[in-house]
Amino acid sequence: MGEAIIEIRALSKSFRTKDGEVTVLRDINLTIEKDEIFGIIGMSGAGKSTLVRCINMLEKPTHGTVLFDGRDMAKLSERELREVRRSMGMIFQQFNLLMQRTAEGNVCFPLELAGMDEASARKRAKDLLELVGLADKAKAYPAQLSGGQKQRVAIARALATDPKVLLCDEATSALDPTTTTSILALLKDINQRLGITIVMITHQMSVIEEICNRVAIIDESHIAESGKVEDIFYKPKTEIAQKLVYPSGKPTQQFISKRCMRIVFDGNSSFEPVIANMVLECKAPVNIMYADTKNIDGKAFGQMVVQLPEDEVLAQKMFHYVRARGLSAEEVNGYVG
Amino acid sequence: MWDETTLNLLIQGVGESLYMTLVSTFFAYIIGLPLGILLVTSAKEGIRPRPWLFKTLDVIVNLTRSIPFLILLVAIIPFTRLVTGTMIGPTATIVPLTLSAAPFVARLVESSIKEVDVGVIEAAQSMGASNMQIIWKVMLPEAKPSLIVGCAIATTTILGYSAMAGFTGGGGLGTIATNFGFYRYQYDVMLVTVVLLVLIVQVLQGILMKLAGLSNKK
Repeated sequence: MGEAIIEIRALSKSFRTKDGEVTVLRDINLTIEKDEIFGIIGMSGAGKSTLVRCINMLEKPTHGTVLFDGRDMAKLSERELREVRRSMGMIFQQFNLLMQRTAEGNVCFPLELAGMDEASARKRAKDLLELVGLADKAKAYPAQLSGGQKQRVAIARALATDPKVLLCDEATSALDPTTTTSILALLKDINQRLGITIVMITHQMSVIEEICNRVAIIDESHIAESGKVEDIFYKPKTEIAQKLVYPSGKPTQQFISKRCMRIVFDGNSSFEPVIANMVLECKAPVNIMYADTKNIDGKAFGQMVVQLPEDEVLAQKMFHYVRARGLSAEEVNGYVG
Repeated sequence: MWDETTLNLLIQGVGESLYMTLVSTFFAYIIGLPLGILLVTSAKEGIRPRPWLFKTLDVIVNLTRSIPFLILLVAIIPFTRLVTGTMIGPTATIVPLTLSAAPFVARLVESSIKEVDVGVIEAAQSMGASNMQIIWKVMLPEAKPSLIVGCAIATTTILGYSAMAGFTGGGGLGTIATNFGFYRYQYDVMLVTVVLLVLIVQVLQGILMKLAGLSNKK
């Protein structure tokens, strides 16, 4: 276990509305360690955006504590809180850039707030825009930039005050897949090169898979499951975790009665035609229900769900075959999608 | 009609109208701008919610806005005399014009600032901005183009009111129009004043809208 940078203890948040109290978060306990990329995933409305806002007190928790670097956030004065917020950068789904300022002006903004003189602020902005790969867009206004470029400016802006933590609220949800990949790569680079802890809020499992070390799954206002990303991805225990791990092509109704095998490709096996070979070897057909694999550097990554033959012996043989190839395989019959 | 006296009268009228309008607009913003900002910040969803303050300001603004200008003009004559020492002429008219326009300006400012994306304000808060910094560095600069459009509306409305004040001796083109058209039936002079008013509106509106367009980077 590394050193904790953010500790959330017994946190609850409820809002008072016309129809009475609505609990958005209840009894949240989380420890985020220094230098890690921690993911918080959940369906929309699960309360994850409120949770990240409780970390920097944009939302005041109703109960419980948030410790940042050992300091109780709720006990800070207004002035101290503003100080502390400068060591927590934040980026948003809608970028939230100042539309009437250039890219450079946006990056200078938090430095101006902190009272830095203009010349130093501009110099720092120049370095940061270079870091995010937008050195040539310093004088462009947000309206002239693409979504990915806007998010890069937002990242540069969030890094301006040398934060220890970067909070990302659905930072890639408004971007197309290619741009998402490049923004995620940038975030990973920032995490590794600058040693900034990153908290990723998202509803996309692919984002978690791609860059997070650990993940917490939040469902109906509480944490359903949390742990290392590999563990959750390979063996999702709770129903909500299974829902998130099987993306859009989640198992169909046929799954219920027939036994199925879920094969996870974690990069340990070479990219060989496993299923085809298995079918030839066992001399029995299988039905591919779901497949999502990628070839990265000659290694197979992803997962596949196949429907097994009724014959128990044959089915067992197939499990053995797959496991002997260094793949993880599990039975998923009984799973209701 | 085109003797030198009339011409000089018209030139003086244009000067007086512009003087009343611009000075009143200036003072109306001195009162209305902070009032508008307070209406936004003290509202329930504002950056510093103060429900009782919001309610009070809201009621005051609504009440003062519903008093017809001519009635206000007459009703505050003692106050006008106290401030300017007179109750007729352009300087005296500035007092009721300002008082009447200030709540209107407050509403214009309020609606302009409300257009600023709440996400941007939240981002500023996440960077440790104080409320004052949010007002000066986020709300006002981000709302600037819309504030200038509001200013164009305010200025031309005030010009219209200033002409109305001419009926009670307020000076400017309004007084000329009343004296010639209403009392002496010299419609040609009255028509010229109306044309001049239209021209002033066009010019003011044109300049401010151009300015708003130039300042908008969105």
